[in-house]
Amino acid sequence: MNNKNNMIYLDNSAVTRLDEKVLEAMKPYFFDTYAVATSEFAYTMGIQAKEALENAREVIANSLRANSDEIVFTSGATESNNLALKGIMYNQKDKGHLIVSELEDFSVLNTAKNLEKEGYDVSYISVDSKGKLDLDELKNAVREDTVLVSIQHANQEIGTVQNIEEIAKFLDGKDIIFHTDATHSFKRIEIDVTNIPVDLITISAHTIHGPRGIGALYKRKNIKLKKIMDGGFQENNLRAGIENIPAAVGFAKAVELVTKEENKKIKKLRDLLIKEVEEQIEDVTLNGSRTDRIPQNANITFHYVEGESITLHLDMRGFAVSTGSACFSKSLEASHVILGIGGDHERAHGSIRFTFSRYNTEDDVNKVVEAVKDVVTNLREISPLGKKGSD
Amino acid sequence: MNSPYSDKVLEYFQNPKNVGELENPDGIAKEGSPACGDMVQLHLKVDEKQKTITDIKFRSYGCASNIATGSIITEMAKGRSIEEAKNITWQQAADELGGLPAVKNHCSVLAVDALKEAIRDYEEKHGLVKEQVPTTIEVIKERLKHVMNPIHGLDVLKTNLIENIELKDKIITVTVDLAEDHQFAPVVKEDIKEKLEHRWDIEDVIVKYRE
Repeated sequence: MNNKNNMIYLDNSAVTRLDEKVLEAMKPYFFDTYAVATSEFAYTMGIQAKEALENAREVIANSLRANSDEIVFTSGATESNNLALKGIMYNQKDKGHLIVSELEDFSVLNTAKNLEKEGYDVSYISVDSKGKLDLDELKNAVREDTVLVSIQHANQEIGTVQNIEEIAKFLDGKDIIFHTDATHSFKRIEIDVTNIPVDLITISAHTIHGPRGIGALYKRKNIKLKKIMDGGFQENNLRAGIENIPAAVGFAKAVELVTKEENKKIKKLRDLLIKEVEEQIEDVTLNGSRTDRIPQNANITFHYVEGESITLHLDMRGFAVSTGSACFSKSLEASHVILGIGGDHERAHGSIRFTFSRYNTEDDVNKVVEAVKDVVTNLREISPLGKKGSD
Repeated sequence: MNSPYSDKVLEYFQNPKNVGELENPDGIAKEGSPACGDMVQLHLKVDEKQKTITDIKFRSYGCASNIATGSIITEMAKGRSIEEAKNITWQQAADELGGLPAVKNHCSVLAVDALKEAIRDYEEKHGLVKEQVPTTIEVIKERLKHVMNPIHGLDVLKTNLIENIELKDKIITVTVDLAEDHQFAPVVKEDIKEKLEHRWDIEDVIVKYRE
């Protein structure tokens, strides 16, 4: 449980609980070495702060097998995605062509839409019923003026993992830059930039028990970016603003703490949840791929019932989950991801996302399955849809 | 921060009253659709002499405000004359529930509409509708007030989603201000057709999208 709210928290793709070890690593940079990163010719505390920042950068770079000078710290995944897309497109002499998938996070999708309004051309590549990108469609969409392709590594809602290696290798040598948003796969699935010719990668601390408010953009050495926020010359003159050193240190600590064993454990819990739900509850659909999926994610539609009602009932019983229902969202629009995989609105409205972390246990799975079963049964009793209904 | 729902909404959400169906109902209605994310079904029994609602049951597919309003509306209507029940407003239902979040307007208005529709259904089936009203643009507009614009949660007329309505040779053509590939386009079309197709003097309903 690990929180004083006594909640069983299964919304770990929204944000994860901070690890105490991360907080301990961060503390000295709030209370002792709290200076900004200064040059080696300035005062001692600034030099120490700079050293801490560079050490953190190295740890994060190593986790991707990148070089330290290829990591740009940002305020999180949203900024990294904005920097990747705008930074590349604004750097072109002529307004070029951008390719994204239709399942991207809003920080990519809405950036692409705004670039479109500014006169850039954007193609949106569709996916199949499991959320896998149509590679042929991508290949056909590539044009002479294509500047950038941005395809997420793993999906935020249904967890489908794209074959970024294949995409990167197809684009390699074509003078097209490849960006991948790895917010939800980072440290859960290995990415090795010495093997995969990807040029830009978005990563974030908030999904791996690090602090929120810090992320990074991996930028291969030769790639040129235009700064999107004016100010000082920090981060190699790519990202203005004082460095968030405590958060960078925490990010690095969080990176170090994720192990292969942990990912195996999380996957086991996730698999157990899917198995138990499918065995115990009728008329459910697993959204996304059974195999190409990040270990922490399960997304299931409970037919004939609406997701906000499920989440509210679960909340009353002490569980935190999320849904793709329109009622739940601020925009009152159903999940573009579920609709993108060819699901109808009913499938989106009844979808529930369960995402696991370090702090979840088998007991959590058993409890949530029992609660979901009860809640769904009760809501189906009320629903006019389904077997007993007149439809 | 407290829940956006009042205690009473949460109470009815957890323990809804009058759930189910009635055998041989005198009036039935189904408002909303699974595609919109909200749906309410109502069954009525009406005492023929007194013209009072003697029994009423509902089913709901939707969020907490939808379920709670469905439930409260059955309690408010039970025992009342159909004339009184017809005049129950969304505001009265909302007040009875201790208020509803504004953004949930469309989820809760469905139950009120369903009650009016179920009574209309009863009246039609029992020959209480004096004469069959011929379809006019005004009648079409009245019916379109029951079609939700899922983007705003208000009806399609109020939100200017309807660009044009044409009525010619028993065929209604409605043009909506949505691109054909908009995520809500098929839902709105389905809803419009459903509301107009069954009119006695109409042969077809065509829904066109923005060019």
